[in-house]
Amino acid sequence: MNKWNLIIDIDKCHNCANCFIAAKDEYVGNEFSGYSAPQPLHGHAWIRIDEYERGTYPAVQTSFVPKMCNHCDDAPCKKVGGDAVQKRADGIVIIDPVKAKGREDIAKSCPYGAIFWNDELQIPQHWTFDAHLLDQGWKEPRCAQVCPTGAITALKTTDQDMETRVVADDLRPINRNLQTKPRVYYKNLDSIEKCFIAGRVIYQKNNMSECFENADISLKNKEGEIVSSTQSDVYGDFRFNGLDPESGEYEIVIDAKSSGVKSVKTVLGESLHLGTISLD
Amino acid sequence: MRLAIVLAGVSFALNATARLYPSFKARLREKKFVAQISTRDSAKGRYFKFGDGRVVSKAGTHPKPDMEITFRTAELGFKLLTPPFNHGDFVNAMKNFNMEMSGPDDITLFFTNTISLMQTIRWKSGTKMPNGETRFVNNTNGGPLFVYVKDGKIVRMTPLDLDESDASSWEVKAQGKTFSPERKTTISPHGLASKSLVYSSKRLMYPMKRVDFDPNGERNPQNRGISGYERISWDEALDIVSGEIKRMKREHGHGAILCSHSSHHTWGNIGYYLSSMHRFMNAIGHTKMALNPDSWEGWYWGAMHHYGHSMRNGAAETYTRLEDCFENCEMMVFWASDPETTSGSYAAFEATRRRMWAKELGIKMVHIDPYNNHTANFLGGKWIPVIPGTSPALAHAIAYVWMTEGLYDMDYVRDRTTGFAAFEAYILGTEDGVPKSPEWQAEETGVDAATVRALAREWGSKRTYLSAGGKGTTFGGANRSSTGTQWARAMVCLMAMQGLGKPGINFGNLQYCTPVDLNFYFPAYAEGGFSGDLEGTASAVQNYQRMPHLPSVNTVGQKIPRLRIPEALMDGETHGYPTNPKSIEGQFARFGYPAPGHSKVHMMYKYGGSHFGTTMESNRLAKAYRSPGLEFVVNQSIWNEGEAPFADVILPACTNFERDDIGEWAAAGGYSHHNQGQLNHRVIAMQHKCIEPLGESKSDFQIFLDLAKRLGLSAYFAEGKTELEWCQMQFLSSDLPKKISWSEFLKKGYYVVPHANEQQVPETSYKWYAEGKKKNVPEPHPLPAEYGESYLEGLQTQSGKIEFEASSLKRFDDPGRPPVNKYIPSWEGRQTTDLYAKYPLQLISPHPRYSFHTKADGKDSYLCDIEEHRVLVDGHYYWTARINRQDAEMRGIKKHDLIKLYNDRGAVVCAAIITDRIMPGVIHSYESSAEYKPIGIPGESVDIGGCVNVLTSKRHQTEKTSASAPNACLIQVEKWDFSSEIGSSAQENAS
Repeated sequence: MNKWNLIIDIDKCHNCANCFIAAKDEYVGNEFSGYSAPQPLHGHAWIRIDEYERGTYPAVQTSFVPKMCNHCDDAPCKKVGGDAVQKRADGIVIIDPVKAKGREDIAKSCPYGAIFWNDELQIPQHWTFDAHLLDQGWKEPRCAQVCPTGAITALKTTDQDMETRVVADDLRPINRNLQTKPRVYYKNLDSIEKCFIAGRVIYQKNNMSECFENADISLKNKEGEIVSSTQSDVYGDFRFNGLDPESGEYEIVIDAKSSGVKSVKTVLGESLHLGTISLD
Repeated sequence: MRLAIVLAGVSFALNATARLYPSFKARLREKKFVAQISTRDSAKGRYFKFGDGRVVSKAGTHPKPDMEITFRTAELGFKLLTPPFNHGDFVNAMKNFNMEMSGPDDITLFFTNTISLMQTIRWKSGTKMPNGETRFVNNTNGGPLFVYVKDGKIVRMTPLDLDESDASSWEVKAQGKTFSPERKTTISPHGLASKSLVYSSKRLMYPMKRVDFDPNGERNPQNRGISGYERISWDEALDIVSGEIKRMKREHGHGAILCSHSSHHTWGNIGYYLSSMHRFMNAIGHTKMALNPDSWEGWYWGAMHHYGHSMRNGAAETYTRLEDCFENCEMMVFWASDPETTSGSYAAFEATRRRMWAKELGIKMVHIDPYNNHTANFLGGKWIPVIPGTSPALAHAIAYVWMTEGLYDMDYVRDRTTGFAAFEAYILGTEDGVPKSPEWQAEETGVDAATVRALAREWGSKRTYLSAGGKGTTFGGANRSSTGTQWARAMVCLMAMQGLGKPGINFGNLQYCTPVDLNFYFPAYAEGGFSGDLEGTASAVQNYQRMPHLPSVNTVGQKIPRLRIPEALMDGETHGYPTNPKSIEGQFARFGYPAPGHSKVHMMYKYGGSHFGTTMESNRLAKAYRSPGLEFVVNQSIWNEGEAPFADVILPACTNFERDDIGEWAAAGGYSHHNQGQLNHRVIAMQHKCIEPLGESKSDFQIFLDLAKRLGLSAYFAEGKTELEWCQMQFLSSDLPKKISWSEFLKKGYYVVPHANEQQVPETSYKWYAEGKKKNVPEPHPLPAEYGESYLEGLQTQSGKIEFEASSLKRFDDPGRPPVNKYIPSWEGRQTTDLYAKYPLQLISPHPRYSFHTKADGKDSYLCDIEEHRVLVDGHYYWTARINRQDAEMRGIKKHDLIKLYNDRGAVVCAAIITDRIMPGVIHSYESSAEYKPIGIPGESVDIGGCVNVLTSKRHQTEKTSASAPNACLIQVEKWDFSSEIGSSAQENAS
């Protein structure tokens, strides 16, 4: 049985907001009987984009993460909602706009904040994977169609095939500890879950300040073990990625060959820039 | 005899159509009148009685016809009335007075439209879908759309998925790989949000009049922007407006009517301002709003003097090829360039994938910008933050490193440029004792000397594309600053040192580079639609020869610079320098207002989007509206926003989804010739009327036509054609009929132009120049007289080469623009110490990311809910401003706090976004808010609409330009105390 999945590559999202707008365009003012009641013009974000800024000036990296109903296989809303929430054979979860009337508990049941309460209609609402369109033969939901970078792709395949892809591409759900078996997967989650330490090396040459290129730079943890090493680039810049936030003390050792060795210590909370390190 | 038969045939056809189409039969009941068609000697003729659902006609002449069409000869009448009709023959007959029409405009127009309706009533638009929806097509500033409609209501709008009936997509081979675009069109957020703009609660649904405006009594101009409105009928509104037009001409004379308009209203060749509006305004004669080249300022007033390209407003050639970049380019320097935000104006995200490919191929990226902009964040690479307004100093220091370390193309400089010695003397400091070294620039720019040397050496040793501005070939926030001319000039000088046009060395960022077929003709919007305006549009270049239509001319020579409209209205005099792209020297001709012997302006016809968001020091405009000498203001707008609540009468226009139009995606023409080179697929769209106009709104064409009727101008304005027929005229004037029939095009709604094959694609930009060949890129400029000695040889400059020392500037004394580009610090920046002490933050206000000009902002649109765009606080959607974390902490400002941005010129309240992406000391807030909401007296109180241009200076970049400089702006920021006063709340408390 082929089921729908959504794969979101965080490193490809540049926050154009087209997925958000498409979910407005499709549902505001439109009723799709058996699937969804109209979305209010404002306030609801059935697809939203969360922003994660890491680092400190001038080493800064911002990631954008589109979030929506995860169409969980073990959906908390289904547990609460019973009849009012349908899990289709193709994996899509539909909150019945008629049966769910008055059921604010369904909206509150979602640990991802992906179900919105419609005050006017007194119903819980979510992004339905554009099931009404897929059922009419559309090849993909609108968020994938309008995405200019390929950050969002929809895939209808077997759970088995999906498991293979999950391993191959290191796909992960947005909040693993919730254990709800989401059908929305993320690629490059490290971009928001991990930290970096950046810095820059300069030195004096012929009485002029110069960037130091190709310094061997190693990162040591509290125990003095080298956990990562890199080289400075033409601007003297270097960066260690993939570090755990709040992971504590580190030492950065800069081996600038004939220009000497220098070491800097830091405590890692969130991503940071060590500033410009002068070898002199 | 033959004419008699044809005339009898007309009445037969009318009645036959009525039998087939009930709506046509109903139309034949609408008006009771007698129309007569005859030859001039009345020897032959026939008259037609309309009024009871069928037409009764008789041979001969009627004693008292209500309207008459007279042909000079029966032969001519036969020719003109026998299908297939040739509009060119009609135009020629009219021009030579061989055919005349008389009678009241409402009857003549009804008659001619009824005749043409016999044909157009058979035309079918749109594709029926299995689910009962109809799929129409339309086009926007941000890309084409399928528009799904059911029961007269728009259901959804999507970008186009191309299918097998559409032309195939191009493939480019480079670096052993094959690159090909996706089989769909991309769309900008402001395009995708269109449904919310159509059904916006801010739509103007009926004509309105200011409650205390009485055209026959007290006009109360002092209450503009303050008083409310009452609903009036279209008849009353049109009577007032047409009455005022007549009164202006009668009482004040030549020049009393000013037309002020936005540049980018809605897409479509017929409805564009350059089309309908120009035709109407030319027909009544008006003082013209002289546009300054807003987005091109530094290029137009600066760069042009070194390398020409006046017809592109000083922008570079746009023919760099994808292969050249991928095979040869090693590095791309984005300087004041954020194409992922600005999308090449109209090209949505067409180039995004190409830049992703460039990254995958390992092309290095550098981003020079005070803001870690979206392109920098998305593509990565080296971010070099630079203090706003100081980029030219950085550029000079790069040149210094190249000169002192021999890192430039000496052969190219010797053979392909002039004046290098003078430039070298300035850069090395032999002239003034100040070497423009990396150390020299460090304090100015905030970029340390080591970084400058590293960048200069990389650039000097790698084949580099310079992406100057968002288009790569022009634009950029740095060119809209006090030092904008210096920056753009410096960009040309740097490229000249590196060998512009050699493999992998060019202006560009892959925005323009695809092998679309640029030889396939379809008129671009700048060709003026059906305006026939040979002076004010690019009509003369192609479309005037291809589409028979009457010319139109604005007979009033008076003009007012757009940014000096407030002074013209308040002080009664001003002056400016023109945007005249014919030559490099065109910009030098100072003009004054009032023009000799002309009336000053006493009426403003305001059309389209608001200028509050795009006019520097825009509180001036609010004050100017209340000038007693401004007797009448009419505003023709789709939404009730911005300037609309400053009018005496408001005319409600409909969107492009509610009227017929036609237009090609991104086809700008004019200054942006071959702008479609950005696209992956050229898409020419029939812009279907998807739904009926909402409320009582009407198309701009119809509003102008209704006014024209009251001025006896309707036949001249429309030439008897409807908007849909003008769409067909545009179609027929293009290369489309060779490929697709009108009926198929009208039904399907679009045509994808097949891409060019290898041999048809132009050579990469400036290759011809670098190799010393004749110009071979397909742009029709410079104009023939602009070549130095021999046609197509060399550039437009006097020497025909890139001039480090500009010949044109030697003959023109502007202290801000010496012949050799020199660093002159900003007149409003960190160097202006007194002002900087008072206002220690620099405001930059780039083009917005989600909206386009005022399009899609405000209006209760979907974009309101995008936090980067606007933020909801206490029931109001506030414009956002980005502030560095340290600057925010110093001021106790937290995320989404309401902050007041202010200086002596005004104050704007924004929602704070706190980020390390903006350098300390700089505030980043986009320009072009659609909303202007002063919470006290307009022009004298805090604006909560988001027009940050109330803060920017009206001063021009240099003394003898009309160049705007919004990115030279000092402000202070504090948490808003909810007062309406401009200025610091601390100061108020102290006083």
